[in-house]
Amino acid sequence: MTINNNTASDNDGEDARPIGELKVSIWRGGDDGALQTFTVPHYESQTVLDVVTWVQHKLDPALSYRFSCRVGMCGTCAMTVNGRPRWTCRTHVSRVATDGALEIRPLRNLPVIKDLVVDMAPFFDKWRDGQGYFVPSQPGSLTVAPVDSNSPARKQASAAIECIGCAVCHAACDVVAWQPDYLGPAALNRAWTLVNDERDNDRTGHLAAVTVAGGCHGCHSTGSCASHCPNSLNPTASIAGLKREVTKAMLKGEL
Amino acid sequence: MSTPALSAPRRGRLEAWLYILQRLSALAMAPLVIGHLVVIMIAVRGGLSAEEILARTQASAIWPVFYGLFVAAAALHGAIGLRAIAREVLPQHRSLPDLAALVFLAAVLLLGFRAVAAIA
Repeated sequence: MTINNNTASDNDGEDARPIGELKVSIWRGGDDGALQTFTVPHYESQTVLDVVTWVQHKLDPALSYRFSCRVGMCGTCAMTVNGRPRWTCRTHVSRVATDGALEIRPLRNLPVIKDLVVDMAPFFDKWRDGQGYFVPSQPGSLTVAPVDSNSPARKQASAAIECIGCAVCHAACDVVAWQPDYLGPAALNRAWTLVNDERDNDRTGHLAAVTVAGGCHGCHSTGSCASHCPNSLNPTASIAGLKREVTKAMLKGEL
Repeated sequence: MSTPALSAPRRGRLEAWLYILQRLSALAMAPLVIGHLVVIMIAVRGGLSAEEILARTQASAIWPVFYGLFVAAAALHGAIGLRAIAREVLPQHRSLPDLAALVFLAAVLLLGFRAVAAIA
């Protein structure tokens, strides 16, 4: 079944028969909003994003939410579904609904703009603060640095590099909730890829950026980020790597 | 906004040193805890009286050194851990967790070394 994105055609689920009904509670308003309940037809193959889209198309066009690619690449459609942060475009209703009920809230640990839309600025500010950007070694050069795909550093970077920036780990992390200045698993995971990037010209700078009051040492290794990451990345392991490299740099007097 | 007591890079280095100290103190405590458990089992199973235990600990410098190290490692390890918890429970207070950890460190060192002195 496909859900047509065009509200005018109104043929959602035309080819499929509903197999039941869903009781869907959706967060409405800002930080001080409340849940509003809708009844939505339940189809055999239906994602949580399909449900939210159906509500907006059929019941309340004022419902605000974000999505873009619908195939798990862009990282924009993350929401809290029945208490857990998830990418809604790749989350099947049949896998998460309990007794035909869904509770859909905005992501935790970020300010709510409206309904299911959160302000992602504080999330990406932390990427910047953790120096999550590449520092080139040869400005203006067109030569391509040879990187051995089997080198240990490249393998470490590869294990962490497929982050789509969905903020699911940020919402799942309790340390982010407790310590507002904590950089969080996504920003630290990004920093780890750059520490292992042989082309990067500021390894010490990257390590210094995560050796701050809200830096990598705040992580308790509880692994909530790793267990919720939709791409099966392990930010906990990346942060452990940062702690290890920071310790080495401290003992060598480089930091 | 109040001015932080330490600049951001110095504060960061402090965090890293505390992390290293906590791992080192844990490393020191692992054999000390096992040694302590063995001592307790031998003392209890052997049916030693308080006087007999004291006679043994006072006969050698090993025991005050053993328990002196234990007290220092436990005081450091506990204070750093409690500071981390306090920082998360009271995120709006910058220096209170540091102060509380220092008070805890001093109290454990004082009580611990008092006990070490009593068996030396």
